[in-house]
Amino acid sequence: MSDAPLSEQMAAGSRRRGDAVFSAVVAGAGLLIVAVLFGVAMFLLFQGAPALTASAKDLPGGEGFRSFVLPLLFGTVLSSAIALLIATPLAIGIALFVTFYSHRRLASTLGYVVDLLAAVPSVVFGLWGANFLGPRLVPLYGWLADHFGWIPFFAGPASATGRTMLTAGLVLAIMVVPIVTALSREVFRQTPLLQREAALALGATRWEMIRSVVLPFGRSGVVSATMLGLGRALGETMAVAMVLSLSGGVTFNLISASNPSTIAANIALDFPEATGIKVNALIASGLVLFFITFVVNFLARMIVQRSTPPR
Amino acid sequence: MARTSAIGLDPRAVLLMRLSGARMSPRTLWLIAGGAVALGAVLSFAVLNLGPAGAIILSGPLVISATWGASRAIEDRRRATDRLMTMLVTFAFLLALIPLVSVMWQVIVHGLARFDLTFFTSDMRGVIGAGGGMLHALVGTIIITTATAVISVPIGILTGVYLVEYGHGPLSRSITMLVDVMTGIPSIVAGLFAYALFLIFFGPGVRMGIGGAVALSILMIPVVVRTTEEMLKIVPRDLREAAFALGVPKWRTVVQVVLPAAAAGISAGVIVAIARVIGETAPLLIIAGNTTNTNTNLFSGRMETLPVFLYYSFLQPGVPPQASLDRAWAAALALMLLVMILNLIARLIARLLAPKTA
Repeated sequence: MSDAPLSEQMAAGSRRRGDAVFSAVVAGAGLLIVAVLFGVAMFLLFQGAPALTASAKDLPGGEGFRSFVLPLLFGTVLSSAIALLIATPLAIGIALFVTFYSHRRLASTLGYVVDLLAAVPSVVFGLWGANFLGPRLVPLYGWLADHFGWIPFFAGPASATGRTMLTAGLVLAIMVVPIVTALSREVFRQTPLLQREAALALGATRWEMIRSVVLPFGRSGVVSATMLGLGRALGETMAVAMVLSLSGGVTFNLISASNPSTIAANIALDFPEATGIKVNALIASGLVLFFITFVVNFLARMIVQRSTPPR
Repeated sequence: MARTSAIGLDPRAVLLMRLSGARMSPRTLWLIAGGAVALGAVLSFAVLNLGPAGAIILSGPLVISATWGASRAIEDRRRATDRLMTMLVTFAFLLALIPLVSVMWQVIVHGLARFDLTFFTSDMRGVIGAGGGMLHALVGTIIITTATAVISVPIGILTGVYLVEYGHGPLSRSITMLVDVMTGIPSIVAGLFAYALFLIFFGPGVRMGIGGAVALSILMIPVVVRTTEEMLKIVPRDLREAAFALGVPKWRTVVQVVLPAAAAGISAGVIVAIARVIGETAPLLIIAGNTTNTNTNLFSGRMETLPVFLYYSFLQPGVPPQASLDRAWAAALALMLLVMILNLIARLIARLLAPKTA
């Protein structure tokens, strides 16, 4: 036994107990996340499994799970591809503008303005896309169908409501832009100042400086930003469910009134009325979506980790 | 950055020192740009009838190609490319403003039609056609969002504390990875998660408010964890070491020194996270359901929320559709106001409560 006064021993004891309790509590919170995610993933697998083994005619479409989910997967990938094709160059441009071209005092305000786009709820974008943007694009779609109908994407006949795959892709692009912009800005800002000044001192114009120093430095960061944006576009539900006039099926025609659905939009539209094995089929399609977004996000993080320079 | 030269020379002096050829004066540039914008505006308003957004979209390429052409002719190729890229990135930024301004403008213009007292004080029970309101949805959104915060904030903050102050080893690595995974979960899948969980206890077809809160928590927890981590990491080590040197136990150091120092940042982050989940629709569609009645019981029956109300007002407007569409726009206005106010509060907190010294 130590010969310290009793009160001090008690204080030390309660201190140790306090530390033990607190560290157990915070670790418990972390463990809870692990347990809940693991448990729920199990329930979900368990609920999705019956759709894989159910007889084909019970499932939506009546031809088995694969032919139920593949057209949806096609729509998901197509809409996300359009979104990224539009959003990536735009977002890189915006990030460059805010970081290197705008007045330094304005930069954070301009960045905040772009971030505001991310704050708009996706239902609001859906409402805007279906009621405002779509109808505005009808003349453009008609023109595209008339003059570029020989390209399969614009084969027409042009939709009369404008609620087409291309509109959905545009709305998705608007939602992806702030994500890719924010991450790209972060990367561009980290370009070593000395390298930038060295390029300028050698007589490079501002663009030559960006092309020879900033873009090579930020390339992997921009790639991973784009992948994270892709993850967002793949899983986005409401904007697509509200904007697209759906008919199912597989088509590359971007401007007609019949469009393939996406996994997420299909769940949102069908789940409220679904019963029995249809619920299982929708849950299974949700698992497919989860798996794909997981892989995309995982790859994005791998790229970041591999390319992060040691500090 | 490129604006001021590193060695501190006056940029004008640098310009004079350059030996390259002719240069366009700012006046020429403005003339070219002004002419192109005028042409774009005339085309958009008078010929193609596309309105202001069309004017921006048309004048952009016109200004860019005109300036680039002039620069190629008068100046050299390198300078022309530089001008071209400067204008392209500026144009990209202006393009991004169009949807932002347009969404806000449309929501305000259409939303004001039904943004009246009735809209805030009545629900949709028995309402067919005009009239009715979003009371039931507003009540549901407030209840479900509060429940979400009650679940997510303690778990999120405690996990963040664990990762920064205690975590090293396999458990903390796997939690970090899981939080990353959670960040990427599509919101509709979060809804399915909650549904699968509640299905076990309550049977198929379950709809209840608390399920919505659980689904939203799956989306909110990772945001709170990340914010907490980031804020705790910037609390100076000196503070912790000073507390340890005074013999303060670790847990009291964390609770009474570290967390208060990070409080402003964490609360701002929490409010931003709330603003993000308050607009979520898909998970609530799945597990909280759609109803016309005001339901204040989190644990029983369907509970309407603002985004779901907006969605169904748009999706199933009835005949004639206008009254329901007006309600949808008004709900969008209310939702946008909620999100903006929450973001504003977060910025105020971050600014007002921030520690005075870095």
